[in-house]
Amino acid sequence: MNYETKTAEKLMAAENIGETKMQARDVRVSYGDTEALHGVNLDVRHNEVLALIGPSGCGKSTFLRCLNRMNDTIDICRISGEITLDGQNIYDRSIDPVQLRARVGMVFQKPNPFPKSIFDNVAYGPRIHGFTRDKEELRQIVETSLRRAGLWKEVHDRLDEPGTGLSGGQQQRLCIARAIAVNPEVILMDEPCSALDPIATALIEELIDEIKQSYTIVIVTHNMQQAARVSRRTAFFHLGNLVEVGETEQIFTNPGDQRTQDYITGRFG
Amino acid sequence: MTDTTPSSFTTHGLHTSAAAQARMRRRYAAERRFRLYGIAAIVAALGVLAVLLFTIVSQGYTAFVNTEIELEVYVDPADFSFEGTTPTSEEIGAGNYRNLLSSALQENLPDADAPGAARDLRGILSGQAYRQLRETLLADPSLIGQRVSMSFLASSDIDQAFKGNTPRDVPEERRRVSNLQYEWMDYLENQGQISTSFNSNLFTQADSRQPEQAGLWGAIVGSFYLMLVVAVLSIPLGVGAAIYLEEFAPKNRLTSFIEININNLAAVPSIIFGLLGLAVFIQVFGLPRSAPLVGGLALTLMTLPTIIIAARASLRSIPPSIREAAYGLGASKMQMVFHHVLPLALPGILTGSIIGLAQALGETAPLLMIGMNAFITSAPDSMFSPSTALPSQIYIWADSSERGFVERTSAGIMVLLGFLILMNATAIFLRKRFEKRW
Ligand SMILES: Nc1ncnc2c1ncn2[C@@H]1O[C@H](COP(=O)(O)OP(=O)(O)OP(=O)(O)O)[C@@H](O)[C@H]1O
Ligand SMILES: [Mg+2]
Repeated sequence: MNYETKTAEKLMAAENIGETKMQARDVRVSYGDTEALHGVNLDVRHNEVLALIGPSGCGKSTFLRCLNRMNDTIDICRISGEITLDGQNIYDRSIDPVQLRARVGMVFQKPNPFPKSIFDNVAYGPRIHGFTRDKEELRQIVETSLRRAGLWKEVHDRLDEPGTGLSGGQQQRLCIARAIAVNPEVILMDEPCSALDPIATALIEELIDEIKQSYTIVIVTHNMQQAARVSRRTAFFHLGNLVEVGETEQIFTNPGDQRTQDYITGRFG
Repeated sequence: MTDTTPSSFTTHGLHTSAAAQARMRRRYAAERRFRLYGIAAIVAALGVLAVLLFTIVSQGYTAFVNTEIELEVYVDPADFSFEGTTPTSEEIGAGNYRNLLSSALQENLPDADAPGAARDLRGILSGQAYRQLRETLLADPSLIGQRVSMSFLASSDIDQAFKGNTPRDVPEERRRVSNLQYEWMDYLENQGQISTSFNSNLFTQADSRQPEQAGLWGAIVGSFYLMLVVAVLSIPLGVGAAIYLEEFAPKNRLTSFIEININNLAAVPSIIFGLLGLAVFIQVFGLPRSAPLVGGLALTLMTLPTIIIAARASLRSIPPSIREAAYGLGASKMQMVFHHVLPLALPGILTGSIIGLAQALGETAPLLMIGMNAFITSAPDSMFSPSTALPSQIYIWADSSERGFVERTSAGIMVLLGFLILMNATAIFLRKRFEKRW
């Protein structure tokens, strides 16, 4: 399918906020003999920003990595339960995890650009999925993606320099541009700002604000203000359980659970 | 003061008291001692290396030159039997060169017709001198009947004596060069007719019974074929196996069993691989003995574990974040490995492969088992023809007590070391060239 029409469709779909995009039912994950997630039920809605918060080690990353089957790459990891994307179980035999990861993209905690040029970093996804007809179209996608990631101005005149030569914040935005270039439906972000200074963080938050029109975003964060600023709904995890999920405002002002209250007021975690 | 110093944490001056200073000094002293051990170890190692290199070079450098004697030869037509007016090549080739040269020597040397001098006279020139003269005449038949001035290769005994490798001040019966021959040498030296020049035989000839005619060319060609076989087989196989085992193989009992065995194979004495080559390639498959192909196969078996282990280590050292980045964009495993991991691991893989090849180049034991230490006087013209290799040629020469072979043994070692240094330099160059930072 054509890149632009796909994006346009997404923009139209933005009106359908509220529909369920992904659905997790009784998701249990264990690493070897220890269970890290004890049956999580959580819905991700269409074109929303969902924040996952909770103390360290509570299973946020584990849950996030279930959503694009990234945990498949860990040998000792076992997953049960059901996760659907547009109503289809992503752990079904008929689903190809490689294709799934093109639909559910990921941005990692530590910026991890490929040791290639900035252009090649962004062009890599479109190239392997082969949805560009010619060089010009590829260049167009790279430019669009970099513009959306707010990086174009800084790098447009040095696209053939290595992506690893950028600053930490620029690298993270490059990684976001790289994820966007594949044109996924859902973007998973695992603490994307944890290695960044406040200015770079603000840039990324702006960027999330910008792109949430066209993508469903799930973001893990340790920064309460960030969750409050960028997300529409927030889910609180504790010791491998989903404690509660609700409108961000409600979670932060009027949590339903004592543990959530303790966490957001900084009593533990 | 020290005995009253309290050691409780709450005391002020825990890090500034005299005791603390003393602790600090002890720490620095320990550090200095450790550095000293390190330097001593390095100095000792360098010293031993220097002694080794000095011995090899001092014994072997003279092998790179050989002694030549300039003679004026009267090419007497009487020593040929011509039928027609223009001499044919067969007729020229069948000339009595021994006679031509001994007449030339007699003419050039004083006292050459003394009784008993004939034997000494024959020991002056190398057997190659006849060939040198014949080839000159074949190239230019018009020289027949003329006086030709040429440099002829001296015999090994004269060569060694002239280069000062054999002592002169011992009783005549314990020398290989007689008093008369020494007199001739002195005479020729005064006349400026004897001199040393670059020993091209060393790099153009194969082995020979005569040290002055023996060279490394056969061994170099043999080693080249060996390396060709080893490189063509072991690098693709080894790297392929490493990629499969590291990236694709399921982690189960079978693969861990294979892994343990590869590690063990790397430690198997190389002579075992030679035995295997003898038993399997020669006796079962009937491949020819002493052939570089068989040697290469045996060395391939020996090199494979080294390459597999180095390549796996190199693949494993690629940070998982790169793999995750590729997966996260929807790359398949194959794309992840071949687009990202392999290019990054390539410098390490290349280095490991070249080190493996260098190891194979210097390996001797397996070659002895499959007969690559035979006496072979011509360079191999294919993978299947009998040949020696550099290390086995050194081994053969080292067996001989003749001074001419002793210096050639050292020269052979120097040439082998030269090739090894060249390969390691290539490894370093490739690593620098392909290295990428992230
Ligand atoms: N690869 C792994 N192998 C074994 N155990 C793991 C692995 N990854 C995570 N775990 C375990 O799973 C549990 C949840 O880890 P997870 O990384 O999901 O926590 P998190 O909520 O993301 O924490 P943080 O906020 O510190 O990133 C932890 O107890 C952790 O030890
Ligand atoms: Mg985490």
